[in-house]
Amino acid sequence: MKYMFLIYSAEQDEPAPGTAEFEELMKGYYAFTEEVRAAGIFREGAPLEKVETATTVRVRGGSASVVDGPFAETKEVLGGYYILECKDLDEATAYAAKIPTAAYGSIEVRPVMDM
Amino acid sequence: MDLVPQNAQSVITRLVREEWGRVLSALMSFCRDLDLAEDALQEALLAALKSWPVDGVPKVPRAWLLVTAKRRAIDRMRRNTNFDRKRSEYEVLQSLSGAPDTEEADQPIPDERLKLVFICCHPALPEEARIALTLRTVCGLTTGEIARAFLASEPTMAQRLVRAKRKIKAKNIPFQIPDETSWPERLQAVLAVIYLIFNEGYVATSGTNLFREELCAEAIRLCALLKSLLPDEPEVQGLLALMLFSDARRPARAGAEGELVTLERQDRSLWERAKIKQGRTLLMGALVKGNVGPYQLQAAINAVHSEAATFQATDWEEICLLYERLHRLQPSPIIALNANVALSFVEGPAHGLAALEAPELKTALERYQPYHVARADMLARSGDLALADEAYQTAIALTENERERAHLEHRRATLNGPV
Repeated sequence: MKYMFLIYSAEQDEPAPGTAEFEELMKGYYAFTEEVRAAGIFREGAPLEKVETATTVRVRGGSASVVDGPFAETKEVLGGYYILECKDLDEATAYAAKIPTAAYGSIEVRPVMDM
Repeated sequence: MDLVPQNAQSVITRLVREEWGRVLSALMSFCRDLDLAEDALQEALLAALKSWPVDGVPKVPRAWLLVTAKRRAIDRMRRNTNFDRKRSEYEVLQSLSGAPDTEEADQPIPDERLKLVFICCHPALPEEARIALTLRTVCGLTTGEIARAFLASEPTMAQRLVRAKRKIKAKNIPFQIPDETSWPERLQAVLAVIYLIFNEGYVATSGTNLFREELCAEAIRLCALLKSLLPDEPEVQGLLALMLFSDARRPARAGAEGELVTLERQDRSLWERAKIKQGRTLLMGALVKGNVGPYQLQAAINAVHSEAATFQATDWEEICLLYERLHRLQPSPIIALNANVALSFVEGPAHGLAALEAPELKTALERYQPYHVARADMLARSGDLALADEAYQTAIALTENERERAHLEHRRATLNGPV
């Protein structure tokens, strides 16, 4: 079953680029991506641009409204995602725990609907 | 066929309660679909109700049920696959049709109840759903019984169960024993569900609602089952001991009018000695394993209480030490509160009151009723009746339970001595 891993964190908790912590985080991500690729379960994954670049679209009464900003104003914002092929939820949550951001943010795990 | 037909009905009723989880877990390992397994077992029971009174009760009723339910499950899978050929179901069906005929009625049934417990108590399910699902699938309570125990309507409870099962399927929560890395967390989740079931029954001291009291017995039975499946986990034994100690005091917790009687005023001759003894044996067995956890410590605190002939004779120093250890393992304001209450019996109420004034405790427990009850009691003991009266009022305003409110009103009214 395909699961999507939505990586959330508060931007102020993110280490700043150029710091040793940032290097450490990136190394963690390279290692994780390498691990899931080697396991043959990697389907997709990418970081997202900063939340300031988010645009939200809603269609109400036939007309589309386009507004600046994310769907919900929260401290933790979506920063990236993975799609991995996992046996079941236990395997998926075990991988989620290995995503470096899990150490200070949170990972939402959602089954991808089979279409 | 060893029983006369008239007994069939009662045999079936007993079987449902005792064997439900066992047969259901065996069915689950076969079809991996809780909904399907439950429906198939329900159908098998109906078939039993029809045929056993006529043909007699089979020698191994459990095996009969399993074989019949398996057939029903296969029928259902076949019907479903006609409509939508879901790959996974189809694969199961394929492997079944190819499998040798294992439907021998005296085939030993694998005990998969541990997997059933872990799937029902999975942390990816909402807490209420875990409780309902465990009672339904592992304990074999009917939806109606669970609804009555939780003071909910039957359709509400049925809905909760349906949603939980849908969630298991949608998230693909596996029917398996968790691996080492998640073991401690997952076992904790199971123990928490059992203790929640117990407490749900324990707070209902009224005795008018038998279904609620039945929850205590159910939680104890469930924990005993878990202990038999996991004999090397001291926390399982600890929880079982803890519940037995508490349950032993149940006959003394309600007065003639059904009013709440606190530990201090309980008639200790009403405590059930057999349960206390059993609890003590279990606790000792757990403690020697040398891996002391929060349930063992709570059980130990209760053991100290149950050893005291009177409230005055309680070994509060020992209780203080145990609370200290518990607080180190599980730092929480509620445990700190209980530790302070114990401390007030060693060092005096003034000492306890000072500890209750700690700002971090005060803020965290501002809306927590037991905090104000403890404060009121300590104030009363130190002779500060005006402030005690005020604290009782705060506590009463925070109390939802009718009986408990009556109990506190009484204590407030008797602040100046018995009326």
